[in-house]
Amino acid sequence: MKRLLALFLLLLSLALNAESIASDPLVEARLKSLSQELRCLVCQNQTLADSTAPLAEDLRREIRELIAKGMTDEEITNYLVARYGDFVRYRPPFKSQTALLWLGPTVMLIIGFVVLWVTLRRRNKTLPNDYEVADEI
Amino acid sequence: MKTQLKYLIPFVIFLMLIGFFLKGLNLDPREVPSPLINKPAPMFEQPLLNDASKTFSSNSMLGQVWLLNVWASWCTACRDEHPLLMAMSQQIDVPIVGIDYKDTNPEALDVLSKLGNPYSAVATDVEGRVGIDYGVYGVPETYLIDKEGVIRYKQIGPITVAALQEKIIPMIKGLK
Repeated sequence: MKRLLALFLLLLSLALNAESIASDPLVEARLKSLSQELRCLVCQNQTLADSTAPLAEDLRREIRELIAKGMTDEEITNYLVARYGDFVRYRPPFKSQTALLWLGPTVMLIIGFVVLWVTLRRRNKTLPNDYEVADEI
Repeated sequence: MKTQLKYLIPFVIFLMLIGFFLKGLNLDPREVPSPLINKPAPMFEQPLLNDASKTFSSNSMLGQVWLLNVWASWCTACRDEHPLLMAMSQQIDVPIVGIDYKDTNPEALDVLSKLGNPYSAVATDVEGRVGIDYGVYGVPETYLIDKEGVIRYKQIGPITVAALQEKIIPMIKGLK
C-alpha cells in the first residue's frame, strides 16, 4: 500500500512538473493577451492566439519562455518586431511611415467639414431673397 | 466651363481609386519587408545534417560572402527551387549554406541524395529556433550575407531567375 502511494505521489509530482510551464495561469493569461495583439505571419489575418500554424505554435512557445525569463510585454513585442517587422503587430506604431495611416481619417473628416461648410454658405447666398417673405404668407 | 470642370472631380477621384486598387492587386501581401536587412545576421551554432556530432557555426563564415538558404524536405516550393540552387552552386562562386528547418534528418538526407546537394554545409534546426531569429515565416527563404556578417538581401519564397540575375548576382559582385 505504501509503495503504491509512493508511486502515485511520484507520478503526480512528475505530471505537475511537466505541466508547470504550460499551465501557470499567470503566464497563460499574459501569453493570451500578448498573442491577441500579434499577427501570425503564415495566415496573415489571424492573431498568434488563434492560429494553429506550426510557426504560431513555435512563437507561442517562444513567448512563454520569454515570459518565464521575466521579460515585459513591451520587451517581448520588441523581440518579435526585431525579427518580423512592424507587420507582426496589429496596432502599427506611429512613425513617419505610418503618419498617413494614423492621421488620414482625421484629415479626411476635416476636409469633409470644410466642404460641408463651404457648400452650406454658398447655398445660403444663392437662396432667393424673397424666400423668407414667401414663407410668411 | 468652370462648372464643367467641377463635374470632372468625382471622375478624377474615381480614376485615382482605380490606380490605388491596381497597385494593390500587384503587391504581394506575403512579401513582408524584413527588418533584418543591413543588420548583423543572428549568430547560430547547430548540428550538421550529415553528422549530428559536429556543429556548424555562422561565425565560421565571417570574411566571405555567402548565401543562407532555409529549406525542408516537406516544403514543395523548395523542390521547385532546388534545380536553380544546383545551378547556382556550380556557377556562382559563393558558398550556399542550408538550414534544414523543422525537418527530420533521414527525410532531408533522402532528398539531397536523390536530387543532389547544392550546399557547402547543411545545419539542422529541428525546433525552428534559428528560423525565429532570422524571421523565417515561409520556407524557402534565402539570405545574402556579406563579409562582415551583415544581411544584405532576403529572398522570400523560391529564388527566381529574375531575382538571381537582377538582384542577387549583382549584389554578390558588389560585395566581393
